[in-house]
Amino acid sequence: MIIQLKNVNYTYNPGTPFEKKALDDINLEINEGDFIGLIGHTGSGKSTLVQHLNGLIKPTSGEIIIDGKSLSEKSTSMKEIRQKVGLVFQYPEHQLFEETIYKDIAFGPKNLNLSSEEVDNRVRNAMDLVGLDFETLKDRSPFELSGGQKRRVAIAGVVAMKPKVLVLDEPTAGLDPRGRDEILDEIRKLYEKENITIILVSHSMEDIARLVNRIFVMHKSKVAMTGSTREIFSNADQLESMGLGIPQITKFMRSFKSLGHNVKDDVLTIEEAKDEILNYLRGKKDA
Amino acid sequence: MNEEIMIKIENVSYEYSSYIDESIQLAVKDLSLEVKRGEFLVVLGHNGSGKSTLAKMINGLLMPSSGDILVNGLNTKDEDKIWEIRSTAGMVFQNPDNQIVATIVEEDVAFGPENLGVPPLEIRKRVDEALETVEMTEYRNHAPHLLSGGQKQRVAIAGILAMEPDCIIFDEPTAMLDPVGRLEVMETIKKLNKEKGKTIILITHFMDEAVEADRVMVLNEGEAVMLDVPKEIFRHVEKLKELGLDVPQVTELIYEINKEGFSFREDVLSVEELVSIL
Repeated sequence: MIIQLKNVNYTYNPGTPFEKKALDDINLEINEGDFIGLIGHTGSGKSTLVQHLNGLIKPTSGEIIIDGKSLSEKSTSMKEIRQKVGLVFQYPEHQLFEETIYKDIAFGPKNLNLSSEEVDNRVRNAMDLVGLDFETLKDRSPFELSGGQKRRVAIAGVVAMKPKVLVLDEPTAGLDPRGRDEILDEIRKLYEKENITIILVSHSMEDIARLVNRIFVMHKSKVAMTGSTREIFSNADQLESMGLGIPQITKFMRSFKSLGHNVKDDVLTIEEAKDEILNYLRGKKDA
Repeated sequence: MNEEIMIKIENVSYEYSSYIDESIQLAVKDLSLEVKRGEFLVVLGHNGSGKSTLAKMINGLLMPSSGDILVNGLNTKDEDKIWEIRSTAGMVFQNPDNQIVATIVEEDVAFGPENLGVPPLEIRKRVDEALETVEMTEYRNHAPHLLSGGQKQRVAIAGILAMEPDCIIFDEPTAMLDPVGRLEVMETIKKLNKEKGKTIILITHFMDEAVEADRVMVLNEGEAVMLDVPKEIFRHVEKLKELGLDVPQVTELIYEINKEGFSFREDVLSVEELVSIL
């Protein structure tokens, strides 16, 4: 187990008129190698939760254990925790600041006091992992790039820290479909190659369905549902009551099945739906 | 001039010099288009396709390098008419935080008409009506920064409405919003078109927003590569994907099924339609 939250509560502005309970008795466990989807309506507590995972916010009460170390212990080094849990914020490209792409990605590793050789290795490796060509891009300004590429530079900066857990908060917000697909493909590759644990926060049920294997649903500051991707998306009514949805393709299969057609309705992708419908249509022809 | 045409774009190109190697690039290439009064036109295209450049040319923020744009018969090159053009064709941008100037919602909405020199009583009336239309009346005394993204964007829309434009250009108004905010803003846009008769140009890369338009124009490398009703546009699954765009999942499914030797109708855009033909 790499992340464990025990009875975690967090209240913003306690004792003021703006007091708001953002996390209400959160208990969850994330195993090494999990690919987690974190979904929930705006204001449900998702972002507050992820900021707890590397100690940017301290819980009002409860305990957070990262890779065996409790964040409430004085002896736990926060620097070490933040290196273990890499956080990619929304619109991370707004945090780019260096003159060149190389320097921007190298900034974090340099602060770890690594040898310049190791820094160089990490920059090369991180650029490769997010699909940026080292030779053509290293000396370019990050500000000359397209939105999707800038975002990849920002993600490479976090990847270069070699985190064990990578948390991505809405990594595709504001990108066009091509930029979105590229980023999601890189994230998937990163997951497969690096044996890393990923937590993906997203409003896109289609993206979640395509990538993750387990989902946490946040609702009104609590973890309202947990389960495999298929289990969660089979509760369409419950998700809708929380202001969430299911992928259009899943919705279609459910509605098709409800008319009495003999098909599986827990499909998550177009490929799965295609196989299911083709079987159904061919079966009908032979009958 | 033709009363039916709200916006006429004639052979418009827009040149800029690349800041990487200073070569001349064309963001928009020889584009012609007529938008009818009361029409709901969606412009689809990936980033860098020229969508935003086109939008900024329509209300005179950018001038065409060649060709002409007429807004309600007025040429955007006519400097004396620029304020009339901007109050005829209002613009709403992607980031709500960059469009809000005041600290109270209703003051923000009043900002536009105040600058047009509208008399105070008339401003009061317009602000009230605009907030009513976007369903933000109950928030009129709130501070904008405490609103949700969708609410902020609706305040920005009210600010444009208070200038009483005939046409509103939306440049990716939902790109930074969550699903609920997107829905709120889309409902508002549809209402402005259907109930208030506003001509709408909606620039987006969300294909589900394009489904409800009267016509869709697809831009690629500054050129209009497709212009048709949504049903015809979304038939071309392969082409749209090549252009870096999405199609609804149900549309893609029926396209994939037909590839395996079936021949269902391909102009399917919703779950209900697909259920009914299979």
